[in-house]
Amino acid sequence: MEQILHFFFINKETIFIIALSVFLGIEVISHVPSVLHTPLMSGANAISGVIIIGGIILVGHADTSRLSMELVLGILAIIFAILNVAGGFVVTDRMLEMFKKRKTRRA
Amino acid sequence: MDQILGTLDGTPFTRGEAILELSYLIAALLFVYGLKLLSHPETARRGNFYAAGGMLLGMLTTLLLHKNSNGQGIPITNVLIILTAIGIGTVIGWIFARRIKMTAMPQMVSFFNATGGAASMLVGMLEFPNADMNNLGGVLVTLLGLVIGAIAFSGSMIAYGKLDGKIGDIRSGLMKYVNLLLLITTIALTVYLLFAGGIPEEHTWALYLLTALSLLYGVLFVMPIGGADMPVVISLLNSLTGIAAAMAGFIYSNQAMILGGILVGAAGTILTVLMCKAMNRSLLNVIIGAFGSTGSSSAGKDEGILKEATFSDAAILLSYSQNVVIVPGYGLAVAQAQHVCRELDTLLAGKGVNVRYAIHPVAGRMPGHMNVLLAEADVPYSQLVEMDSINPDMPNTDVVVIIGANDVVNPAAITDPGSPIAGMPIIRAFEAKNILVMKRGRGKGYAGIENELFTNDKTRMLYGNAKETLQKLVSEIKSL
Repeated sequence: MEQILHFFFINKETIFIIALSVFLGIEVISHVPSVLHTPLMSGANAISGVIIIGGIILVGHADTSRLSMELVLGILAIIFAILNVAGGFVVTDRMLEMFKKRKTRRA
Repeated sequence: MDQILGTLDGTPFTRGEAILELSYLIAALLFVYGLKLLSHPETARRGNFYAAGGMLLGMLTTLLLHKNSNGQGIPITNVLIILTAIGIGTVIGWIFARRIKMTAMPQMVSFFNATGGAASMLVGMLEFPNADMNNLGGVLVTLLGLVIGAIAFSGSMIAYGKLDGKIGDIRSGLMKYVNLLLLITTIALTVYLLFAGGIPEEHTWALYLLTALSLLYGVLFVMPIGGADMPVVISLLNSLTGIAAAMAGFIYSNQAMILGGILVGAAGTILTVLMCKAMNRSLLNVIIGAFGSTGSSSAGKDEGILKEATFSDAAILLSYSQNVVIVPGYGLAVAQAQHVCRELDTLLAGKGVNVRYAIHPVAGRMPGHMNVLLAEADVPYSQLVEMDSINPDMPNTDVVVIIGANDVVNPAAITDPGSPIAGMPIIRAFEAKNILVMKRGRGKGYAGIENELFTNDKTRMLYGNAKETLQKLVSEIKSL
């Protein structure tokens, strides 16, 4: 019990953020029409590429004087993450473009 | 930027650090607002743009303003390396996303999800050696980011292979136990590392083993799941990638990463629950119990006869109807028949027929699959009707045309309590006055159960590839 309380107090701000973000996520997404399930999923998928910031921090402070395993894997992490980000947003935009195109035709 | 603004808890902070945190706040708000806009058809495109803007902002300010614990910024050599990596990734991602066919969209989404998971896995692996083994919380988030990222990566790659038709389903009764054992081992190893103490270098072997186990679990966990369960798995994997990114966010105490990741995790979880509801199954049931192997269906009670229709019969039937409902399924996507389907629809509309599409939430292989597919073929949004709204109209429907759908119209879900799909909400096609079924062959649906709709007296079958069948039907109607 004491260990748990200790853990909570030290990380209290973060735990607050998690708890509130979960509710925020549920609130923001609920009642989404099924037409938008795919673009929503794909757009959210692109946001999960936010791990790129981690990659930038890693490689940003890595030792570049020699080609270490850490450097190579870090660069790979950045490439993977940006694939997720760029590909994700572009694919989502392409899907939504189709919805848009049809709309103007009807109007 | 290096000007010291003040102190917080005794540690001085600079103007740059304050601006960096402020930019993370703006990025996080853009994620939330973008996602909010994404859930309305009118504003969706703008929402996607805002979220992308938030990402760009977070990346830029990190690159320019981030400092390590010694207060050093990112050296110019590293900046150049990072920019090169970002450039390469962006170009590849952009080309993939632009070139891909709309019908291959589920694969693409899975693939991008896999790369995000891989990035989280790598960040977890690389940060472990820097972890303080006595800081329980720190080690926990590092390991969770690694494990969840690895599962999301290998799982999504398998999902990608399945959707692309490169990998088949492997189902065996033994798999359930192997997976459970693997999951327990992975958790046990994580717990061991958590309390191992000492220095991280001593535990490198365990870290590699943990990575390997997680990757293997991802593969084996997705392997037996397929077909109609794909939308559930894809949204679940999506939410895992978000959670993995959030875990990595804790390592750096980066609020933008934490909020973005959790937001995606929560959104993905909701979508997963929605998909499960649409099948009246629990998530556990989808993951553990593969279709077909459970439930004692009262199959074979009366086999019934399948009655084939000629194209001219079908053409006349459709042309002289008032209300036609098309039920698209995965078969439409596989045959890439959405454009011909649209042609049929406009042709009939020209004859004064009211044509609508009935969309089942889990039709296809990802959430909303049919909507995207039909949108590509320019089918107006207003013509797509959700299951609950179309069902009351079914008795007044002259012809229901089922294109490559099976389980979502199987009346056994209502009539046969012993059926594996018992209780799953279906499109009540059996209530229509006439039923036309386009089907590749006489085989069963993904669930491997008989569909008594096909042997219904009102039903006529059109066998063959959906695209070719539709083309023949269209030319037949034109020649009437």
